[in-house]
Amino acid sequence: MPQLGESVTEGTIGRWLVKQGERVKKYQPIAEVITDKVNAEIPAPADGLIVRLETAEGLTVKVGTLIAVMDAGDGAVAASGGGAAAAVGPAPAVGPAPAARPAALAGAVSATLVQPGEGDGGRYSPAVMRLAQEHKIDLARLAGSGLGGRITRKDVERFIASGGAVAEAAAPVPAAADCVAGMVAAVAPEAVSGPQPLGGDQVIPVDAVRRRIAEKMVQSKRETPHAWTMLQVDVTGLVKLKEAMGEEFRRREGLGLSFVPFFIKATVEALKEYPIMGSQWAGDQIIIRKEINISVAVATETALAVPVIKNADRLSIAGLNHAMAELAGKARAGKLSLDDISGGTFTVNNTGAFGSYLSAPIINYPQAAILSFEAITKMPVVLENDAIAIRSMMNLCLSLDHRILDGLVCGRFLQAVKARLQSYGPGMVSLY
Amino acid sequence: MAVLNLVDAVRETLRQEMRRDRDVWVVGEDVGRKGGVFGATLGLFDEFGPERVQDSPLTESAIVGVGIGAALYGTKPVCEIQFADFVFPAMNQIISEAAKMRFRSNGAWTVPMVIRAPFGGGVHGGLYHSQSVEQYFTSTAGLKVVVPSTPYDAKGLLTAAVRDPDPVLFFEHKGLYRAVKSEVPDQEYVIPIGKADVKRDGSDITVITYGKTVHFCLEAAAQLEKEGYSALVLDLRTLLPLDKEAIVAAARKTGKVLIVHEAGKTHGVGAEVAALVAEECLFDLDAPVQRLCGPDVPAMPYAGPMEKFFMLSPSICLEAMRKLAQF
Amino acid sequence: MTAETQAPHAALGLSREQCQEMYYYMLLTRRIDERLWLLQRGGKIPFVISPQGAEAAQVGAAYAFRRKHDWFTPYYRDLGVNLVAGVTPREIMLGAFARGIDPASGGKQMPSHWGNRPLNVVSGSSPVTTQLLHAVGIAQAARRKGDDVVVYTCCGEGSSNQGDFHEALNWAGVHRLPVIFMVQNNEYAISVPLEKQVAGGSVAARGLGYGMPGIEVDGQDLFAVYAAFRDAHDRARRGDGPSLIEALCVRITSHSSDDDQRRYRSSEELEALKQKDPLVRIRAYLRENGLMDEATEKTIEARISAEVDDATEWAEGQPYAEPAAALRHVYADPPGEEG
Repeated sequence: MPQLGESVTEGTIGRWLVKQGERVKKYQPIAEVITDKVNAEIPAPADGLIVRLETAEGLTVKVGTLIAVMDAGDGAVAASGGGAAAAVGPAPAVGPAPAARPAALAGAVSATLVQPGEGDGGRYSPAVMRLAQEHKIDLARLAGSGLGGRITRKDVERFIASGGAVAEAAAPVPAAADCVAGMVAAVAPEAVSGPQPLGGDQVIPVDAVRRRIAEKMVQSKRETPHAWTMLQVDVTGLVKLKEAMGEEFRRREGLGLSFVPFFIKATVEALKEYPIMGSQWAGDQIIIRKEINISVAVATETALAVPVIKNADRLSIAGLNHAMAELAGKARAGKLSLDDISGGTFTVNNTGAFGSYLSAPIINYPQAAILSFEAITKMPVVLENDAIAIRSMMNLCLSLDHRILDGLVCGRFLQAVKARLQSYGPGMVSLY
Repeated sequence: MAVLNLVDAVRETLRQEMRRDRDVWVVGEDVGRKGGVFGATLGLFDEFGPERVQDSPLTESAIVGVGIGAALYGTKPVCEIQFADFVFPAMNQIISEAAKMRFRSNGAWTVPMVIRAPFGGGVHGGLYHSQSVEQYFTSTAGLKVVVPSTPYDAKGLLTAAVRDPDPVLFFEHKGLYRAVKSEVPDQEYVIPIGKADVKRDGSDITVITYGKTVHFCLEAAAQLEKEGYSALVLDLRTLLPLDKEAIVAAARKTGKVLIVHEAGKTHGVGAEVAALVAEECLFDLDAPVQRLCGPDVPAMPYAGPMEKFFMLSPSICLEAMRKLAQF
Repeated sequence: MTAETQAPHAALGLSREQCQEMYYYMLLTRRIDERLWLLQRGGKIPFVISPQGAEAAQVGAAYAFRRKHDWFTPYYRDLGVNLVAGVTPREIMLGAFARGIDPASGGKQMPSHWGNRPLNVVSGSSPVTTQLLHAVGIAQAARRKGDDVVVYTCCGEGSSNQGDFHEALNWAGVHRLPVIFMVQNNEYAISVPLEKQVAGGSVAARGLGYGMPGIEVDGQDLFAVYAAFRDAHDRARRGDGPSLIEALCVRITSHSSDDDQRRYRSSEELEALKQKDPLVRIRAYLRENGLMDEATEKTIEARISAEVDDATEWAEGQPYAEPAAALRHVYADPPGEEG
C-alpha cells in the first residue's frame, strides 16, 4: 500500500482492476485505492504477471502492507508499493543503509556526560556536594555506581537512607565545633565491643570528622612501617630575624610574622633537592609527586585539621605566612573545603607551639614522611671553636615510610633543612 | 467517549465551540469547501456556512490581520495557516499587532484569537512543509504558544485557546494527525493553557519534551524500563507561558534532565528550559542538562535518507536517555 | 439663482454652522500641531509628526462618518480625523506628554499612536499599513453581526506599497465590505518622492484592480473631499462595497520632528507650499461666500487658543503612570487584578 498523501497512514482497496494470472504493463492501473485525503488508481511498478492478490477489496490496511505479488520476469517481486524505494530492480544507490543520526553527532550528549572525572579529585555533581555537606558525608568513603565510578546523587541518597550518614539531614553545614554540640548519637553498625560507659562517665559521640581522623590514623599506622630520626638545629639567627622584622611585617602585612613560614620554606627547598621525600607508595610503584603541596597540621579546639598549601614552592615567606593564616582561620571556623584538605605531598607540624621538644608523629597517609618542628629553647651549646655559647636550639623530628625512605636519604634531607634554617638571620634572607 | 486521531479531535473541538458560541468563526485557505488540506475543518462548512467557515484569498498577512480586526470588534476568529512554514508573511501582524495590542492600548483593545497551523516533519515534506516554528514566537510576550501531543490534550487545549482572551498560537504536528489516537470524551472539557503534563512518571531521569517527540520518548522509556532505568516524561503542552513549577519539580525529582524537541537545538525552546533548570535546580542536578534536538541547519531535506538523518526517533531518544541514566 | 446655491458647500447641503464647524476643526488641528512643535523644540515633548497641509483632507473625510458609531483605524498623521471623531484636545495632549491617563496607551506609545475605545478609534502601531487589514476585519465582523457600521482607514502614499495594502483592498473587494480606504498622498514618504514610490503614478488607479472605485480628489479642497467621502459612505451603507479615495495633499512640515526636509526639498518648493495651505484656501472661501465674518473668525481663533492653552497646561500637569505600569496588560489579568 503506497503512501498516497502527506500524513496518510492507511488505505482501502476500493476495487481491483486486474485479476490473478493477468499480464500487466508497467504503469498500468491495477487497483483503486481510497484514503481520507485522496482517492487514486495505483500503477503496476513493472511489466509482468500478477501472481497473487493479497488484500481483499474493501479491506483497509496500513501504508507499507503487501497488497499483491507480481512476477516481473526476474523473480517474484512484491508489489507492495511502500516507501520511496522502487520495488523493481536494484534499490536506488543510497550508499550504506539509511542511518539514523547517532545521538553523539546530533550533539545530544555533551562531552561532560561522556567522560566524567575519575578517581582522585573526581568531580562531584552539585546535588552530590550539597547532600554530602548537609549530611556531613565523607564522599571518599562511597563507591560510585555512575559512569567511570562516578558517585551519583542516588548513591548518596542510598547511603543516607541506609543510615550511613550521621548528622540529621535538616541541618545545613555547620563548623566542626557545632557538629559536636548538635549531634544525634550515631547508631554504629559495629557490634557492641570495646569499652562500655559506666554511670558518671562522660560520653562524646564520634562525629564524621573524628571518625575520619581515626580511620586515617589507623590506616597510616597499619600500612606504613614508621621509622624515625631527629636532628638538632641552631635557629639563633632566625629568632633574631623574627624579633627584628616582626613589627614592621605586622605593620605592612596586617598580621604577625610566624616561624612556620620559615620552616615551610626550608622544607620546600630541601624537598626540591630530595623529591623522594614527597613520594607515595602505590603498591607496585612509587609515585614521586611533581607538585609540592605542604600539609600543615593545625590544631583547633575540637580536632586536628591538616589543610594544604598548594604549590608551596611558588610562595615567598610572606606569601606562606598569609596562606598559613588563611587556612588556619578557615580550619578554626570549620570552613575548610575538600580542596583545602586534599592533595598534600608532605606534612609539616609545628609541635613546638605547645612546648614539645621531641615527638614521633604519625605519617599523614598516603605521604612518605612528616616533619615536626619542636620548641625553640635557649641552651648552652659547644660551638665550632669549642667555646660555649647560649644559642636558640630546635629539634627536627622526622617520621618516615621505611618502604620508600631510609636513614641515608632522610639524613641528607634533614641536613638540607637544617642548613637553610641555620642560614636565616637578619639581612640574610628575603621575606618576599 | 470516542477514539479520535489528532485531526479529528481538532475538528470536533472547532465544531463544539462553533455550536456553543456564534461569534466563533474559522478563516483560512481551503478551510471551507475543501475542509482544509488535512481535513481539519471537514464538514464545518456544510454545518455553519461560508460566513463562519471562510475561504480566504492566498494571503497569510490578511488572514491574521483581518482576524485581528474581527477580534477587535468582538468576535472570536480561529485562523488557519495552511502550513506553519507559511506563517512568515503574517509575522508583522502576529508580533507587531496581535501580541502588543492589549499592552499598547493599556487594556482598552484586545485580540482574542487563535492561529492554528500544522507543523513538523518526517512526512516527505521537504524544507517548506516540515518546519517547526514555535521558537519564533516563544520569546514574544503577549502571545501564548500551545503544542498538543495527543488527541485528548488537543481537544482540551484548543477549547481553552478558543476561549482565551489573548492571541494563542496552536501548532499541530502533521505527523501525528492520523498516526496517534486516543479516547476523547464527547463532552466539553478544558485543559488549562500553561500546564505541563507528566505523561510517564519515573525516578532515574527526567525527559522534557513536546509534540511528536513525546511519543518517541514514551516508546524509549518503555524500553529503558526493561534495562532497569525509569524515566519521567514531562510533556510541556504549552511553550509560552512555560509551566515553570512542573519543570522544576520534574528536574528536581531525578537531577538528570534531557530536553528533546524536533526543532533545531540552538536558541530553541530547550535552551529556555535548560536555563530555567540551571537557575532553579542547580543543587539538585546530578548531571549537566542535556538537549537532544534537530540539527542546526536551515530546514529538513526531502530525500528519504536525509530526512531520516534529520529526524529524531525512538532509538535516538533511547540512546540519549540511556547515556544519561548510566551517568 | 444666487451665488450661494451654486457654491459647493450649498450643493452638498452644508449649513453655515456646519461650515464654520468644519473650519473650526481644521484650525484646531493646525493650532494643536503648532503648539506640539513648540513643545518639541522647547524640549518638553520628544516627538511630533504633523498633519499640516492635510487638514482639509482629514476633516472633509472624517466629517462624512458618524461619530461614536462608525469605526476608525487612522494613520499617524490623522490628528484632524481624531478630533472630528470626538477626541478632545486634552486627550491629544495627554498622548503628547505620555501621561498615565492618556486614553490611547497610558503613555506606553509615542504620540500620534491613536486609540480611543469609546469613540471606536482603534489602537495604532508604528509598522505602517497594518491597520488597513484591521479595518477590513472590523467591517467583516460588523456586517456579519448585522451592524450598520462603516470603517475609515488611512495610510500615506508610501504605505500604499506595503503588502498589507494590497491584501486589504483585495479582501475588502472580494467580500464587498463597508470600508473606505483613504490615501493621503502628500508627495513624500519621509524623503522619497512620489515618482520613486508609486509605479503608475496613481494610487487611486489601483482601486479598479481590487474591485472598487478608485477616486482621486484634491486634498486641499475641503468640500471636494467631503463629497467624495459622503458618496463612499453612502455606497458602503447600501452594501455596494468598499472605496479607495486618494487625496492629493501637501506636506508643509518635515516628515516628523526628527526630519529636516530642507535637506531634500528646495527652498522654492517649500515656499510654494504656503500657497497651497488648505487653511488659507478655506478662509478665503468662507469669507467670499459670506459664511464667516471677521468677528466670527476672531471668536473661533480665540476659542481655539484658549482650548489649546488649557489642554497643554492641564495635560502637562497630569502625572506619569507609575513605573511598574510598564509590566501591566501583557495578558488579561486574572479576575480581581484589573488595573
